[in-house]
Amino acid sequence: MSAPTAPPTLVPKLEDGTGEELEHAATRADSRRGALLALPGFAYLFLFFALPLGIVFVYSFATRSSTGRTILGQWSVDSYTRLIDPFVLQIAWRSFALAAAATALCLLVGYPFAYYIATRSPRVRGLLLVMVMIPFWSNFLVRTYAWRVILGSDGPVSRLTELVGIGQTRLMFTSTAVMIGLVYGYLPFMILPLYASIERLDFSLVEAGRDLYASGWEAFRRITWPLSRAGVIAGSILVFIPSFGAYVTPEILGGSRTTMLGSFIVRQFLAARDWPFGSSLSFVVMIAMLVAALVYFRVGGKTL
Amino acid sequence: MSLREGAQPGGTTRWALSANAWLVFGFFYLPIVLLVALSFNDNRMVGVWGGASLRWYREMLGNASVIASLQNSLVVAGISTVLSTVLGTATAIALERFRFRGRAAFDGLVYLPVIIPDVTMAVMMLLFFARAFAMVYEATGTTLHLGITTITLSHIAFNISFVAIVVRARLAGLDPALEEAAADLYADRRKTFRHVTLPLIMPGILGGALLALTLSLDDVVITSFVAGPGSTTLPVYVFGLVRRGVTPLINAVSTVMLAASMLLVLFSLLVQRRSQ
Amino acid sequence: MQKRLLPLFALFALIAAACGGSGPLDDPAGGGDTTAATDGASEPASEVAESTCGEGETDGDIVLYNWTEYMDPKLLKKFKKEHGVSVTEDFYPSNEELLAKIQGGAAGYDVIVPSDYMVSIMVKEGLLMRLSRDAIPNGENIHADFAEPPYDPQLAYSMPFQFGTTGLGVDKKEIGEDFPRSWGLIFDPEIAGQYEGRISLLDDARETMGAALKYLGYELNETDDEKLQEAADLVRDASQRVAAFTSDQYSDFLVGGETVIGHGFSGTWQFAFVEAEDPDRYEYFVPEEGGTIWTDNMAVLADSEHPCSAQTFLNFILDADNGAQLSNWTYYESPNEAARPMIDDVVVELSKIPPDVQSKLEFIHDTGNDEIKFNDLFNRAKG
Repeated sequence: MSAPTAPPTLVPKLEDGTGEELEHAATRADSRRGALLALPGFAYLFLFFALPLGIVFVYSFATRSSTGRTILGQWSVDSYTRLIDPFVLQIAWRSFALAAAATALCLLVGYPFAYYIATRSPRVRGLLLVMVMIPFWSNFLVRTYAWRVILGSDGPVSRLTELVGIGQTRLMFTSTAVMIGLVYGYLPFMILPLYASIERLDFSLVEAGRDLYASGWEAFRRITWPLSRAGVIAGSILVFIPSFGAYVTPEILGGSRTTMLGSFIVRQFLAARDWPFGSSLSFVVMIAMLVAALVYFRVGGKTL
Repeated sequence: MSLREGAQPGGTTRWALSANAWLVFGFFYLPIVLLVALSFNDNRMVGVWGGASLRWYREMLGNASVIASLQNSLVVAGISTVLSTVLGTATAIALERFRFRGRAAFDGLVYLPVIIPDVTMAVMMLLFFARAFAMVYEATGTTLHLGITTITLSHIAFNISFVAIVVRARLAGLDPALEEAAADLYADRRKTFRHVTLPLIMPGILGGALLALTLSLDDVVITSFVAGPGSTTLPVYVFGLVRRGVTPLINAVSTVMLAASMLLVLFSLLVQRRSQ
Repeated sequence: MQKRLLPLFALFALIAAACGGSGPLDDPAGGGDTTAATDGASEPASEVAESTCGEGETDGDIVLYNWTEYMDPKLLKKFKKEHGVSVTEDFYPSNEELLAKIQGGAAGYDVIVPSDYMVSIMVKEGLLMRLSRDAIPNGENIHADFAEPPYDPQLAYSMPFQFGTTGLGVDKKEIGEDFPRSWGLIFDPEIAGQYEGRISLLDDARETMGAALKYLGYELNETDDEKLQEAADLVRDASQRVAAFTSDQYSDFLVGGETVIGHGFSGTWQFAFVEAEDPDRYEYFVPEEGGTIWTDNMAVLADSEHPCSAQTFLNFILDADNGAQLSNWTYYESPNEAARPMIDDVVVELSKIPPDVQSKLEFIHDTGNDEIKFNDLFNRAKG
């Protein structure tokens, strides 16, 4: 432990090692420990995710029989060439725009909310966090149906606007309704990681920042925000991705008048019974998202 | 709490922050209040008020399918939350704190369960289990069936990733010096973890576990594909109802679940207070 | 980036190689085997399981894989009392999900409840067991109109026990008593224009394209490209006036006042109207151009380990008393002739469709490769 050059991690003491050798040993030991720690999770995901995923990948090169069965053995890339279609792009773009808007809204509302919770006393913090989640332990469909009543032409929102004199408002079957539904459903996904990262902030830093910079805004921009960006990134990803593939909310609250990517994929697997096309579509979407997520992480980690 | 006071901004901002918080809570609970109110609706159709009654609570108690599916849901959610929280936390620490061979591949792999469309994961898990079972049958002659186990295994598969992402958000930027100082102090890795690292990342773990529990309690598509005889969960049952209209029966079940979780929270608060 | 993804791709390549090889990896249910299906055959491509069970014979407890709330629990209790067989019930929300699960290799279910077109698909795929008529003497109760359906001409694999039609439900308080009972209510721009934003259509390629085909005077199962395009154009035009495409909430929307015209299934409409404040305010009808008729059928899976109990259950459901009890519970009509006198008027009323319209009712057939065309045109028409 005495070697000054050793990295500040637990290093097995080597009898007559030079500093350099110690560092090497440390990295190797560290690497072993890291690998050991990662092993259970990795093994699990390999067995119960990567292997199954491989099957879908193989299916994406298969062909559909006339009854909608997937025929293996007659390999082709047809299901990939069919993806090159302005209609598919249009659907993807529409879903992207919707998801981006939902993510921005969740961040806008969720950040101050998470900040508020994180700055309560420890016991209240935990309670408030659980209170955020309790509504979501009911049932998704029933919650969405409740929104249907709230946004309906006979619902409380409409009654209120009628009372005020603007007349009835009909939010059902509009993109506003879909947005409300998405934000409602995924806001907790934003709040949880944000809370986790804001809560650990060293608030004496923030205080010092406030002394240093004249305005509170400046202090926030230079200290709080950068320190909590890991939460912002994780939260954005957890909201954006499910919104991108959401289909039940657009179907129930939006009336399913335009096709969303999520329902388009479901339709391939179920209604059209075209598993090869559904698989190739999923694969391309996944790879695009994975690349986007990793880039977002890397870029976001530096500049956000 | 002098530390926290530094975080308290000035008048207007402080006011806006708490206003936002209460508005968000209002937003979260508005449909819940309605959902609970509608559970007392005498009409079959959730959206059409037919007077107050306990009709659906009585029906719930008499409906064996609903009770059984609720039981299945709670078992799956409980087990998958605990296991995925442990695995997900270990994964997060490994990825965030260590460098090891294959780390990059693992990093990518961890995101995939979050990214994959529901229905695609549903189909692939079904195909996977069917193939695996066929291989087990060839090898040992035992016939395995889909059921609670396959549902739980699948839920863990996607929950690990969600937990890992939330815990990593906590770990990132957490000053390693703290743990290192502790390591010097205790000179024991296990103690360091228990007394320093774990409390430090606890809010992340709690958040991840809450997320996992919620996802597990609400999953329909994947669950219905990997469910076997006698393992219907509550969301799968409810989703099947849409063809004939969701009745306030489901509102009644939801109300009971909400009441139970609130009681549980209250109870844990009391226990906490007593132990302090 | 590439470096990160490389190991994953290497892994997939490995699995591809594993899946490509035949043998032990092929799952037992045929979800992934390499035999191509024969086109248009009404008989399964391969040898099919056939049972030899007698009346009332049982061989253990069974699992019923059914639509949610489609079986009166009292009947299951009665079956247990009479035959000593317990029935575990599991649920699915659509025919497509049922097929996907069984094709994917889910095993352990005995009795399933596919609709007409799905019966034909499952027969072709060899997923259903050939029924033994000795075990199901109550098959005789089925009305002649349903005894030789196009999807299973000899009822060799399935027994219809519920049926209905697809048509329009309307709110007469909003649109009056005097309206054309025609698909023009949704497809004629002049008529439908009055109800802009207050119409719902089924979110189902075959049903909604089918309605348009019927309005145009074509057959429900038309696969001619030009005629399909015509129908798709109508749907595209109608989608501008539609409040929602939905296959499961149309009755809620109509009775809740969000819509005044809805496209949907007879039994669901009936169920909703009975519970509405003023049932006379609403009407369900099949448009004069004709529409879809459909059946739900009981069938036994080819890999059922309890074929005799399963068929005894089918026979039990086809019994006159039990059939009537079920229909009165589900509000769906029964093709069970013997049960008919005991079924409530409110359920039977739906079959009082004018004879000239009755003759224009058609079953939806599986159109094989054209299913993709239907779905594609429908998706694009919606935008």
